[in-house]
Amino acid sequence: MAQIETELQLLKSEAINMWTLVNSQLNKAREAFLTFDKDLAREVVLKEKRVNGSELKIDRDCENIFALFCPVAIDLRFLLAVLKINSNLERIGDIAEGIAKYVIDAEAPFSKELLEVSRVMPMYEEAVGMLEDTQAAFEKEDTILARGVFKRDDLLDAVNKSSNKVLEAHLKTHPEDTAQALWLISIIRRLERVGDQAKNVAEEIIFYLEAKVLKHSKKFA
Amino acid sequence: MESTVIKSRNFNASFGSNHVVKNVNIDIPRNHVIAVMGPSGCGKTTYLRCINRMHELIPGASSSGEMKLNEEDVYQMHPIFVRLKIGMVFQRPNPFPNLSIYDNVIAGYKLNGIKLPKAERDRIVEHSLTRVALWNEVKDSLNKKGSFLSGGQQQRLCIARAVAMEPEVLLFDEPTSALDPISTSTVEELFHELKVNYTLIIVTHNMQQAARVSDKTAFFFMGELVEYDDTKIMFTNPKDNRTQNYITGRFS
Repeated sequence: MAQIETELQLLKSEAINMWTLVNSQLNKAREAFLTFDKDLAREVVLKEKRVNGSELKIDRDCENIFALFCPVAIDLRFLLAVLKINSNLERIGDIAEGIAKYVIDAEAPFSKELLEVSRVMPMYEEAVGMLEDTQAAFEKEDTILARGVFKRDDLLDAVNKSSNKVLEAHLKTHPEDTAQALWLISIIRRLERVGDQAKNVAEEIIFYLEAKVLKHSKKFA
Repeated sequence: MESTVIKSRNFNASFGSNHVVKNVNIDIPRNHVIAVMGPSGCGKTTYLRCINRMHELIPGASSSGEMKLNEEDVYQMHPIFVRLKIGMVFQRPNPFPNLSIYDNVIAGYKLNGIKLPKAERDRIVEHSLTRVALWNEVKDSLNKKGSFLSGGQQQRLCIARAVAMEPEVLLFDEPTSALDPISTSTVEELFHELKVNYTLIIVTHNMQQAARVSDKTAFFFMGELVEYDDTKIMFTNPKDNRTQNYITGRFS
């Protein structure tokens, strides 16, 4: 096996580990948010340092491979994709940390009715699912799975779009939920960002495998 | 629209029964740098030597098919005339060791019995050495032997010797493989300047060099022209798996 191939395999493993870590962060933040588990939330905040460390390591390894092996063709696309995926994953890690920090600061669990009416939990499930799909697409080099991520973003967009009106209506009858509603809006916006990051990641997977640039294009045209 | 200077159609070359260039079809645009790459024994140097009819100088060598220079069949032209129009620079700098720098530059004229007035010779020497960015370095030592120059300077002197004949095409066979990185860089810079006036076809094993200097790249494998495209495409998204495997170092 050529040395560059060994290096790229190692890099792929590191990227997958980063993905698994970020996925776990996002899942634990969701669990902490749903069950109001402050210990779990603290664990997410602590582990954010590992996400940052992993990001720096992947960046440095990409830099070394560029400098030492002068990659071309699919190797070049792979490295460019990993660099961008790495940055997107790190930002998803930040979002998980942000949600966990809310749980730590919050005084009481979210009202069940508020969670129900806002559809934040199905939105959260979908965001996690999108991220899992991108990881599987990357591992299996499956562009069909990567393309599926674009469609899954529809639910996230719909929940985000309707959230203002839905919460406004809820607050008319439950003004005591105002503080929580403001937090919820913030979490919904963050989850919408997770959807966008997952789409960016899917675009990079397709770029790496098919040399097609889908950025700023209509994905289903 | 860019015009074609060299055109091959169904071109084949052999050494005895060994078929080394197989059915090559290629259009080489004027004032471009073309890199020709491929593993050892793939036929790239043989193909290069067919362009200016040097292949036929080897006993047992033969060729068939079309090779055109500006729509004129190279194999219907006088070989000396072909080599005036299509100059060649080799892997190792090969200035004539007993000739001065000055005489090395105009060696093509002398060897072909072309007599020129002194003023014209002076003009050609200065012009050619300037073209290869060597004039300022040697203008005060034109009567010294060419072999006293450094390897990089000798190679530029050889390019000046080719340029002095005012060819249309310059062929380079691994032109920097015997040079250090600084001399290589100087010669590579020269390629960019030379393509304003000439078409350059460069056989190279150095893929980074091919990527750096050429506009288009041809990949040969087992005598076949596998892929020929813009260099940017060849090095980012080659169409053929054999090209991809070769440039990414996965060739077995």
